[in-house]
Amino acid sequence: MKLNVNGTPHNVDVDPRTPLLYVLRGDLELNAAKFGCGLGQCGACTVLVDGEPAFSCVTPVALLADKQITTLEGLGTSERPAPIQRAFIEAQAAQCGYCIPGIMMRAHALLQKNPRASEADIRAFLEPHLCRCGTHMRILRAIHRAQAEMMSANAGGSG
Amino acid sequence: MSAATVISRRAVLAGSGALLLSFSSAGRLFAQDNAPPQPVTTLPAPPPLPGSLKQAPYLDSWIRIDADGAISVCTGKAELGQGIKTALMQIAAEELDVDFDRIKLITADTALTPNEGYTAGSHSMQDSGAAIMNAAAQVRQLLIAEAATRAGVPAAQMTTQDAAVIAPDGRRFGYGELVSAQLLHVAATATSPLKDPSQYKIMNRRIARVDIPAKLTGGAAFVQDLRPDGMVHARIVRPPSYGAQLASVDDAAVRKMPGVLQVVRDGSFLAVVAQREFQAIEAMRALAAAARWNETAKLPDAARLGAFLTGLPAQDITVLDRQRPAAGGAKTLSATYSRPYLAHGSIGPSCAVAKLENDTLTVWTHTQGVYPDRDAIAEMLGMPKEKVRCIHSEGAGCYGHNGADDAAADAALLARAIPGRPVRVQWTREQEHAWEPYGPAMLIKLDAALDDGGNIVNWDHEVWSNTHSMRPGPAGSLLAARSLDKPFPEPPPKPIPMPEGGGDRNSIPIYKIPGARVIYHFLPTMPVRVSALRALGGFMNVFAIESFMDELAAAAGADPVAFRLKHLDDPRAREVVATAAERFGWTTKPRSAAPGRGRGFAFARYKNLAAYCAIACEVEVDRDTGRARMRRAVAAVDSGQVVNSDGIANQIEGAILQSMSWTLYESVSFNERRITSVDWSSYPILRFSAVPDEMEIHVINRPGRPFLGSGEAGQGPAAAAVANAVADATGHRFRDLPISAERIKAAMGV
Amino acid sequence: MRLLRFALAFCVLLALTAGVFTIVAWRPAIGPIAPPAVNSFDPALVKRGAELAAIGDCDVCHTVPGGRALAGGRAVPTPFGSIYSTNITPDPETGIGQWSQAAFQRALRLGVRRDGAYLYPAFPFDHFTLVSDDDDNALYAYLMTRAPAYAPPTPDKLPLPLNIRFVMFAWDFLFLHPGPYRADATHDGAWNRGAYLVDGLGHCGACHTPRNLFGAERADLKFSGSEVEGWTAYALNDLSPAPVPWNAAALRHYLRYGYEDSHGVARGPMTEVAGDLHAIPADDMRAIATYVAAQMNHAAPEQDVVVQGAEMQRDRGTTDTAASADSQSNALRAIDTKNDEGAVIYAGACAGCHEGPRALPYGGIDLMLTSAIGGPSANNLVNIVLYGLPAAEAAHAPIMPGFAGAMNDAQIVALARYLRARFSDKGPWTDIAKSIHDTRNRGRPLTIGHPAVIEPAPSGRSTAGAQ
Repeated sequence: MKLNVNGTPHNVDVDPRTPLLYVLRGDLELNAAKFGCGLGQCGACTVLVDGEPAFSCVTPVALLADKQITTLEGLGTSERPAPIQRAFIEAQAAQCGYCIPGIMMRAHALLQKNPRASEADIRAFLEPHLCRCGTHMRILRAIHRAQAEMMSANAGGSG
Repeated sequence: MSAATVISRRAVLAGSGALLLSFSSAGRLFAQDNAPPQPVTTLPAPPPLPGSLKQAPYLDSWIRIDADGAISVCTGKAELGQGIKTALMQIAAEELDVDFDRIKLITADTALTPNEGYTAGSHSMQDSGAAIMNAAAQVRQLLIAEAATRAGVPAAQMTTQDAAVIAPDGRRFGYGELVSAQLLHVAATATSPLKDPSQYKIMNRRIARVDIPAKLTGGAAFVQDLRPDGMVHARIVRPPSYGAQLASVDDAAVRKMPGVLQVVRDGSFLAVVAQREFQAIEAMRALAAAARWNETAKLPDAARLGAFLTGLPAQDITVLDRQRPAAGGAKTLSATYSRPYLAHGSIGPSCAVAKLENDTLTVWTHTQGVYPDRDAIAEMLGMPKEKVRCIHSEGAGCYGHNGADDAAADAALLARAIPGRPVRVQWTREQEHAWEPYGPAMLIKLDAALDDGGNIVNWDHEVWSNTHSMRPGPAGSLLAARSLDKPFPEPPPKPIPMPEGGGDRNSIPIYKIPGARVIYHFLPTMPVRVSALRALGGFMNVFAIESFMDELAAAAGADPVAFRLKHLDDPRAREVVATAAERFGWTTKPRSAAPGRGRGFAFARYKNLAAYCAIACEVEVDRDTGRARMRRAVAAVDSGQVVNSDGIANQIEGAILQSMSWTLYESVSFNERRITSVDWSSYPILRFSAVPDEMEIHVINRPGRPFLGSGEAGQGPAAAAVANAVADATGHRFRDLPISAERIKAAMGV
Repeated sequence: MRLLRFALAFCVLLALTAGVFTIVAWRPAIGPIAPPAVNSFDPALVKRGAELAAIGDCDVCHTVPGGRALAGGRAVPTPFGSIYSTNITPDPETGIGQWSQAAFQRALRLGVRRDGAYLYPAFPFDHFTLVSDDDDNALYAYLMTRAPAYAPPTPDKLPLPLNIRFVMFAWDFLFLHPGPYRADATHDGAWNRGAYLVDGLGHCGACHTPRNLFGAERADLKFSGSEVEGWTAYALNDLSPAPVPWNAAALRHYLRYGYEDSHGVARGPMTEVAGDLHAIPADDMRAIATYVAAQMNHAAPEQDVVVQGAEMQRDRGTTDTAASADSQSNALRAIDTKNDEGAVIYAGACAGCHEGPRALPYGGIDLMLTSAIGGPSANNLVNIVLYGLPAAEAAHAPIMPGFAGAMNDAQIVALARYLRARFSDKGPWTDIAKSIHDTRNRGRPLTIGHPAVIEPAPSGRSTAGAQ
């Protein structure tokens, strides 16, 4: 079947019941989305489906034939990082780093929809995510940093 | 006996030569095997070499330079997400006098790096950092000497710059052209020409961590990201309870499922290997449904753990016995504190990849100790150690002895079942929650006496606990090895001796108290699987001591911070306490007018010999739900010579939040037979809604002082600071963890 | 001239009627008092008041999520517009601090505010009228000893003439049967106690009974189920759609712990109800459960519901090919599970939890047991599939992911059809697409509800350990 991942169509020969996470990691060899629980409880597997956050561990690929899937790799690279990636790197917002890609995807989706999201909005939106290392303070700071950069970029561009 | 105990402890605190000797012995015991200690050097007596140079004195064990000038630094420690890779590279670059980017760091690999035991106990900086710092300085010295010889100029006139030695006349000798086969194959000496801290260009800098960019841009960074050619996927079918025996399994249908390559059964070890990951998952579910087990586990009553612990047979260890003829205190106080079993709960369940090829087994694992894990796996498989190679590959957050060693053993068994193909074993969330070793339940009883002047004159501390380390070890430490048809026996638990300690870690109060006694009731009976969890006994002992200090302060009518300062002599301890209090505004900032607010303070020096940490925090307790939340925290930490203050701050922030979660929310749950907290819904931890509004970490730099491990220094003080703040907010003292909403609500009544 | 006389007579008649109406309907104000001292109340009475307030779920309507407890401001949606709950903390200016005991009782008994204005029946005084004088006093003691919160009321959003409170006189005249509760001699003490609590403070009928055009509960359809805040509140009488019938023991467990092994987990507004009922005294819980169970006459009191649920699962089978019961609908037989989109979605998104070994309340319920699939409307299933059960801070509570982002409407329809056909013996739903559309486009967020505390039941019920 055909899957659109990060703007590129892929032909994958998989049982349509297979959750997206295993196709991303196994067939497409993408690393960012992680296996954390397989139960939709921790958020480590979060990707965007048509711009909305989804748990790839409980999303069978059968649902995704005509949808746009975005993973962290689709936002930017180490050479050209997206604002959210740049912000997290600059804020050193990671300890083990395992939970961070999922959080970044969700934060990115929020900032796209609601660029003026408040601290309370951001916290509420991130509630599905777990971070066991306790990096929460830095994560919030990094998201604010990304938000500031995205807003000033928009302000500059709209001039 | 007691006098000798006191002397060596004082020597430890003063950091004399005895310190190094005791580190050496502790290092062997960490390995927890019965093999003779590794040969240290060919000298007749072990020289007092710094850090892990004791175990691996040859300079080229640590620093290798190629003919083209490429520099590799080897460490036996592993990156756990604590930023150790970056810190060690900073140290090496500084002492070698090269740019940071020139250093390539190789971490724990039984084929390539020194054996530094476990990356644990906050020892990495003290062990590996010290070794690399000294080795690099001595390597630089050798390079200069070699260049001086070639230049015909005294060494003192040579300088180094940009990976080259420069002669006064400007001739450049690149490091690569200076090295010969034997130049660096020399044993280290006890002293090194270390750089003056005031000249540091790379150390004591907040250099960005080298591992973060890949992790945030989809680079391969974790053991879970490994995809060697031909890799197949495996899932284990674990029993429903400890020690359950596999009575029967009808796997005929499973073998026919799509993609299934093999069903592996050896005794009660049951697993399935498939081509694709989801095929392995579905096969695992079917195989689990087809398996029948005989269960025999008997777990204690979760609601009465304290009585259970104190009723177990104990080996009593006198940790401290400092008696003073009791002049009789004006006031005496008594309190008992407890905690349940606590889980690591790493976000990424354990994973390993193993491949058996040409008689050699390679295992990629996130174990904290590649050498001990290698030894145990070799014993389990009956293979010579040299034929087994364990390479550390990062896992998700590692907070002690989790499932990593066992996943490695699982993968090794399956690699043997499917030779020539890399086999990837991924534990499920439920398996990680149910089978990882927990931090043991503990009970602590404290008694103290105050004199008329409000000084503590007598102190009694009793702690009941299982061992805090069941790490490999012999093969029997591995889950898989215990379940084979010819099982390996679980090794008997042993206490970790002081000054490190296990259940007694941090049980010796750091305060100035004339008469003090500490007894560790070591409990060998372990119905629930336990081992090392971040800070080991240091979490609970500090929680108890620092809660009790507040109770004593209240009895003495004293301010909690002033009371602590009154009993502290160590100037570094005093400064950490004063800094945290002052930056928090303990005496200057008015109390919040919002309802349900309280403030708390706590301090400890991890193991009484590692980093110092003081924490002041403000919490808010919701009267109607009983929920307590930390709103603000300020911490001060002294880690000796700072290499990367951002790394330290990151670790302390994390420790505060993780410890807050342990303190307010967590307890492993079980019924009479099985662990029942098997996922995040049944073992809830901190989420974003409860994260504080503000947190500040103040890192105090001590130029030139030894590195002090900081990865675990925040756990104990954070717990006590929260408990003290809740007591301040509610007027009720909570001594049994977790300080849950139900408990707070019940205490506060209607 | 005759016309003028008629007009005059008519006006006089109208004025007379209005006059009579006003005289009859007018309620006097009850004078303000100084807020009573907190320690003037007997602690035992305050404690009883707390238990009663839990049964009445006062905090649920009178607290904005995340706001000050009992300070009001929560929107209660009605077909007529939004009404905002009031501040019932003892704040003298914006709360009920100046209310005497008599004023408080009148509000509960007759739906009249201290100043004489009528209250809207969004405040279910048509139920609270049954509360006895003693219990009113206990509630008063409890509320007057809460922390006062300054929180001015939010203006209601009602159209004319409903924004004139006076018109509620007519509503009260037609639909309020003033209490207090009078025992029914044909039933025993436990039943009566249950009726008193359920029909009184518990106001279960406020959600579980359908209403007429005027927004009043239809007594002839008591407990026949209704729609509330986007959720279906199932029938609590013979029309109960629960695949495994309820009995008193199952109800007791469900209401106390927020779940029951053969019925599922409380969701939507029921999570808040279960959270409040968690700590009420055993006697009260027993009475409530006895009465509610008695409404469902076909309950099977002898057979343990867990056993019944297990038998049901065995009979139906859990494999794709199970279609043993004669009553299976054509829809089930027609399903080709290999190519059925809903079956594929179920296998990839749902089966991992819903056919997994984790026991309730945490693991997904066996879908054969839940009213969400056996019930008359797809509404609740659609809500759950879209938004799941979000994680609750620090609470032991089930977590289910929502699929609003991953699934489009057509996919949810396919899934719902499959689930209905496979896991129930009822005919297909007809309202799936509309349910999805309505839920996705609600003006205000769906009440998902976080339980205050759901603690695992004492060991014995949870038997599945780790896989």
